[in-house]
Amino acid sequence: MRVRYGSVRYATPTTLAEALELMVEPDMTAIAGGTDFYPGRVGNLQEGPVLDLGGLSELRGIEVSATQIRIGALTTWSEIAGKDLPDGCRALQQAAVTVGGWQIQNAGTIGGNLCNSSPAADGVPPLLVVDAAVDLASASGVRQMPLQDFLLDYRRTALRPDELLTAVTIPRHGAEGRSWFLKLGSRRYLVISVVMVGARLVAAGDGTITEARVAVGACSPVARRLVALERDLVGVDVEAASAVVDDRHLEMLTPIEDVRASAGYRRDAARVLVQRALDRCAVPA
Amino acid sequence: MIRFRVNGKAARAGGSRLRRLSDVLREDLRLTGTKVGCDAGDCGSCSVLVDGVLVNACTVPLGRLEGSEVTTVEGLADGDTLGSLQRSFLHHGAAQCGICTPGMLMAASALLREHPRPSVRQVEDALGGVLCRCTGYRMIVDAVVAASDFEQLAADPPPGKAVGARVVRVDGIPKLTGTDAFGDDAPPPGALLIRVVRSPHHRARFDIGDVEGYVAAHDGVIAVFVAADVPGRNRFGVIPRFVDQPVFAELETRHRGEPVAMVVGDPESISHLDLDRFPIVWHELEPMMSPDDSLAPGAPVLHQGRHQNVLVRGLVQRGALAEAFAGSDAVIEASYSTPSIEHAYIEPEAGHAKRIGDRLEITVTTQTPHLDRTEIAAIMGLDPEAVIIRPSAVGGGFGSKLDLSVQPFLAIAAWHLDRTVRIVYTRPESMMSTTKRHPSQISVRVGATSDGMLTAMEFSGRFDTGAYASWGPTVANRAPVHAGGPYSYQAYRATTVAVHTNQPPSGAFRGFGVPQSAIAQEGIFDELADALGEDRLDFRIKNALTAGRPTLTGQVFESGVGFKECLEVLRPHWDRALYQSAEFDRSHSRRRQGVGVAGMWYGCGNTGLANPSTIKIGVSPAARVVLFQGAVDIGQGANTVMSQICADALGVEIGVIDQIGADTDTTPDAGKTSASRQTFISGNAVFAASLKLRSVLLTMAQASESGRLEFGAGRVLVYDRGEVVEIDLASLDIDDDGLVVVATGSFDPITTGLDENGQGSPYAIYGFGAQMVELVVDLDLGTVELLKITAAHDVGRAVNPTLVEGQIHGGIAQGIGMALMEEYLPGRSENLHDYLIPTFGDVPEIATILIESDDPLGPYGAKGVGEHTLVATAPAILNAIRHAIGVPVRHLPASPGRVLEAIRSR
Repeated sequence: MRVRYGSVRYATPTTLAEALELMVEPDMTAIAGGTDFYPGRVGNLQEGPVLDLGGLSELRGIEVSATQIRIGALTTWSEIAGKDLPDGCRALQQAAVTVGGWQIQNAGTIGGNLCNSSPAADGVPPLLVVDAAVDLASASGVRQMPLQDFLLDYRRTALRPDELLTAVTIPRHGAEGRSWFLKLGSRRYLVISVVMVGARLVAAGDGTITEARVAVGACSPVARRLVALERDLVGVDVEAASAVVDDRHLEMLTPIEDVRASAGYRRDAARVLVQRALDRCAVPA
Repeated sequence: MIRFRVNGKAARAGGSRLRRLSDVLREDLRLTGTKVGCDAGDCGSCSVLVDGVLVNACTVPLGRLEGSEVTTVEGLADGDTLGSLQRSFLHHGAAQCGICTPGMLMAASALLREHPRPSVRQVEDALGGVLCRCTGYRMIVDAVVAASDFEQLAADPPPGKAVGARVVRVDGIPKLTGTDAFGDDAPPPGALLIRVVRSPHHRARFDIGDVEGYVAAHDGVIAVFVAADVPGRNRFGVIPRFVDQPVFAELETRHRGEPVAMVVGDPESISHLDLDRFPIVWHELEPMMSPDDSLAPGAPVLHQGRHQNVLVRGLVQRGALAEAFAGSDAVIEASYSTPSIEHAYIEPEAGHAKRIGDRLEITVTTQTPHLDRTEIAAIMGLDPEAVIIRPSAVGGGFGSKLDLSVQPFLAIAAWHLDRTVRIVYTRPESMMSTTKRHPSQISVRVGATSDGMLTAMEFSGRFDTGAYASWGPTVANRAPVHAGGPYSYQAYRATTVAVHTNQPPSGAFRGFGVPQSAIAQEGIFDELADALGEDRLDFRIKNALTAGRPTLTGQVFESGVGFKECLEVLRPHWDRALYQSAEFDRSHSRRRQGVGVAGMWYGCGNTGLANPSTIKIGVSPAARVVLFQGAVDIGQGANTVMSQICADALGVEIGVIDQIGADTDTTPDAGKTSASRQTFISGNAVFAASLKLRSVLLTMAQASESGRLEFGAGRVLVYDRGEVVEIDLASLDIDDDGLVVVATGSFDPITTGLDENGQGSPYAIYGFGAQMVELVVDLDLGTVELLKITAAHDVGRAVNPTLVEGQIHGGIAQGIGMALMEEYLPGRSENLHDYLIPTFGDVPEIATILIESDDPLGPYGAKGVGEHTLVATAPAILNAIRHAIGVPVRHLPASPGRVLEAIRSR
């Protein structure tokens, strides 16, 4: 048998329905922005069939309604950064301008970021703190699930092979309050984070926290919410929020050592960043 | 076929819809201004606009382009008429090697559409996705900020005024229009592609399987070559006594990425061949990943005859060490280490070759065409004259492109197949297989008397030279000559050893071991100064080497030692910075501001070895001066500097000079672009050749020595004592090069070898410098924010201040990377997102101060500067960190984790 290289099936659907029919094919790989697809194939472009989502304009754009904010899966980071969104989404917009460089922000999509499911995916902590959910569509229908249920493990999601992630939705209550995002790396641009933190605080008129969300990325196989801390923050004055944080709150993190940092450093830095993010949430915009 | 538009013109391309836009632009449309540095969205050099949006072309599938409008760098200029952004780049020295320039220009043009007068921060944010390894970014920022208001470039200086002027890069326009041809930019049509099969293990034995079956089973694969196919000697190496590296491993691979075979075939078929399926069985062996492993008793010996894996040892000593230490009031000792560091030029190794009868012609990105020729001739079993090396434009070298990379593969494939062949490394291939900066483990002990005068220094350095010799002997010899720094001692002893391991070969990298030794020496100086209660700058000034005092090798210079001035000129900056850091610390509890200083020296040229350069200059019948410029310009600016020297020595305008590149068939050997030698040595050769040519022309016109030459309109006029004589070029014989008058000049600095104590005069001149760093450390995260770097360098004479400043900025940027973030780990950081180099936001404001000590041997007083600029940066940063946090970080890189650990150890 002679082996042929370089000839792959490449589908360019223009409607979601068409795309979902094609996803039934085995081994189909979907490309959104291409910014994770190509780096994984340096000198070795894959042979399997590819579904280019680029033509699905229906999956692009942000709709803000009375009940929710709906971000199409193909919305780029630049579009997210440039949109007028409530304060609770500020962390997401701050994350958007730290994803790679401008070129990556112009091409990379929120849906691709979630499906690629890197422990260091910049979109995840800020979406966890706004209680985001994802829409998963297949030829047999759409199901919605909370983002934290979608992300199963290191580079593993609940997406079935025949499904496409079509949208990220943020309930209006999730966008309340003030949020902040911090990302730590060893250089200023083009940073893959050592640690990143998203935080959101909702406070009553007297400054008492009524709802808190804190999520840490790059310190576990998937980004985690610090649920115990969130609980302990409720009832505390926003200005005192960072003082509540102690090591116990970060016990659920399982950082690893890699080329970017040691496990111990990640744990230490996570605590500092959580405190700083909470402090920033306390400062009026 | 996908139909789209590029720069306003209809275009179409076929093949796999998955093909990257970058590949389509370069291969199908021959728009090679869009560069490929990583294929992974990490470097931004392929930045283009698609429907007005800035993207990396390497992440855009062809299949998505139907109906799109693509703008590339070729769409920015109107022919050679530059736009204002491009002119601003040229004026500000924002392009050095030029490989990142198209990406920078595209990002900048996208920004300028939205913000015609951007702030510094806006420029950094917009261009932050493009990496540059040469410039240090600040000149690019300046160029973009000023772009909208930039009008006209300054005119060339009048005759006799080129040296010292800020002449714009003479080869700048092609770098700004995307037409400069780097290693992979001009492969002949129809060339076959070479791909290399490499060891996935640090150390392994292997059995190659059914190669014939493999060739037969794969469409487009034409041939496979292995060690047995090397026609001559399957060994190469840059130093004749240490030729040890095989083109293809024979029995055992000694580092990850070592070649074992190559596959040659039709590019479309094999460019994405999965080489993991090549028929080979690997037997992994226990690797030795550090000198601790390879020096251990019973460790396997990697190279026969190199007992205990020791490649070479170095020694420099003078004075009575024990007595000098005994007479010291304070003695401090400490150990330091530095990791493997990757050159990370943005242009991967690339080239193409063809066989012409019994000769081979290789076009390749290289720093040393003549050495390449010698090495290839041995590998091929040919006479050197049968090999032609034509250097392409070089997209950064920094030392690594002094060694062979793609050249042997090109030579062997072109020779056996008698076909044109080409090759370009992927980024991981480039990183895993080419040389690195030697990792070092250094112990140092230094003493002084209570009045702050140095007494003695003892230095012991162990350098991990990796799997093969490369420039390991050079590093082991240069380091002890420099390891005490430009200071005076009563006694000094430095020993070095270069040890083989299964790391990639360590070779030449900007400084040849001196940056590593300076980190230890300058670091311990701060500890000693503090122990003595001395101001750290004063301590250095007190002990600075001056003219008339012996160096560490006993050499005495009567002039040209501007080190003390470099330190003294920092005084007002130092006082201000110390005051500001104290003020800062009073108002911040969890952040500390630190100030550090470090001095440096660096000998220009080879260490105690012959080091000649020859330059030929001629006159064409059209009355153009033709400079055979053999000093390869790898971005540092040799093309411009040599033109400036030539122009002034002839007494003509720079505009009448044309250049012929460093082609080994036509251009004499100007030696390697390394060791900061070209301005000094080839500059002197240009000077000598120019004076000879001038003398010949004056004689032809029977004019006196004071005569003035004027070239133009097909004639040479000689003005002398009120008379004008025209030299009738048409009446002269034309030689093989098409020239009517020719002169050649050579220069070889007088040096001596080192004796058994390492004493002698290894360099004819040294350059000196001192850098001061101001930074802030976050005490909770260990992060370091650089505020400002002030760099004073004794450059003898700045032939071109803009180019000198460019070298200083670029060296500083690499020093920053070395100090704070860079560490190459084979198998773990083989790309530009895991291996971090500084980005736009990581290089602070740089203030440069040029000290012109007017070296008696340099052309117009000039010294080399290329490597000097990096040496002081990392130690000054580390000293500033220590000043900020009160404890030293002695092991690099000073990553946030390491700095935090140090803070906690207080």
